[in-house]
Amino acid sequence: MVRSRFDSQLEQLDVEMIKMGALCEEAINASMKAFLENDDVAAQIASEKENEIDRKEREIEALCMRLLLQQQPVARDLRLISSALKMISDMERIGDQAADIAEITAFLKDNDTKSKVHIRDMGIAAIKMVTESVDSFVNKDMKLAKSVMEYDDVLDNLFVEVKQELIDLIGKDKANGEFCIDLIMIAKYLERIGDHATNIAEWVEYSITGSHVKMAMEEGNK
Amino acid sequence: MSKISISDLELHYSNFNALKNVNLEIPEKEITAYIGPSGCGKSTLLKSLNRMNDLIEGCKITGTVLLDGEDIYRGMDINLLRKRVGMVFQKPNPFPMTIYDNVAFGPRTHGVRSKVKLDEMVEKALRDAAIWDEVKDRLKKNALGMSGGQQQRLCIARALAVQPEVLLMDEPTSALDPISTSRIEDLALELKKEYTIVMVTHNMQQAARISDNTAFFLLGEVVEFDKTEELFSMPKDKRTEDYITGRFG
Repeated sequence: MVRSRFDSQLEQLDVEMIKMGALCEEAINASMKAFLENDDVAAQIASEKENEIDRKEREIEALCMRLLLQQQPVARDLRLISSALKMISDMERIGDQAADIAEITAFLKDNDTKSKVHIRDMGIAAIKMVTESVDSFVNKDMKLAKSVMEYDDVLDNLFVEVKQELIDLIGKDKANGEFCIDLIMIAKYLERIGDHATNIAEWVEYSITGSHVKMAMEEGNK
Repeated sequence: MSKISISDLELHYSNFNALKNVNLEIPEKEITAYIGPSGCGKSTLLKSLNRMNDLIEGCKITGTVLLDGEDIYRGMDINLLRKRVGMVFQKPNPFPMTIYDNVAFGPRTHGVRSKVKLDEMVEKALRDAAIWDEVKDRLKKNALGMSGGQQQRLCIARALAVQPEVLLMDEPTSALDPISTSRIEDLALELKKEYTIVMVTHNMQQAARISDNTAFFLLGEVVEFDKTEELFSMPKDKRTEDYITGRFG
């Protein structure tokens, strides 16, 4: 088997990407638990996960640099490694946003209003997108990557829905104002997580096909 | 625009079919790299571009190679062809004579006798080959006393002295250290402003670094020919992908 060492290093990269993706899911899960159940321990976990995600980003960066140095990859190998380098930046931002959500929950007064808006659904959608984007990378699954890109609309629509719900709540009672502003921030963070998952899926597309959907669109507009 | 146009080229060494239906357009004033495993025909094709295979017994060539539209196998004077299409080999091969005489050899063969003219031509060729500053004070020294990297640049100067249009390079850096390799690569990039360069290389990174176009050969066939950046980032043929990523065989 030629290049077996290189292939085993690429498998190692897949494993590390799965681990980083799993950390992102855990961070979002913990921040949502902190939000929905006023769970301080969960908020603390989200913050710790963010630190772990940052460390994992450094580790994967180092692995990619080593692969570039030692193996001088070309073609699909080069696309895969350069995509991984871009994807970990998005995953690192996902970790930050999960921690930001957890941070807001610490100041959030308990209020049953939060169960009346669709933030929980946004959390579920965001986790689904993150999981599937990383899975699409590891399995080189173009169909799954496309479905992640499309699913971003679901999350965006939920955000619009939540925004309207919060406007209605403020309209009913101005005393809800501060609380609703905190909630819209959380919703916005979840919406951004969806954008990062979409970026990951776009890099998966580049890794598989050699063309990047955004770049292709920009070229088309020229 | 194509400097060299190769059509339906077939080459046999007795019963061995070394080149099969090769069709390639070599753009002017660009570097075109030939890559592929040993024995794939890339050096054979390179040598076909200035008819160096004609010397080999049992060699039979069909198809056409046009240099600026002129068929090099039909009616072109071979000395004129080799003046227009120079060659540099894998191993530096200076003649056992002075540095000056090495470079002046070509122009003298083509009838230049004037000392002033020869001095001018030698200096220009050595300058173009980025070696003038290193040898200007020892032009009368034997070329065999130079380092490998210097000898190779001298050979390039010797090829340039007859003012060719095309420079063929057959693995020009495979016998050199990294610094000399880097010098030759920089030189090739400089030379392409004036010359069309065709280079055979086993060093994939070298092809990716300096060439504009790359052709991948396998078993005497051109599997893929494309812009270098395209071929090394998104090869169209699976065999190219397997070869350049090192998963061939």
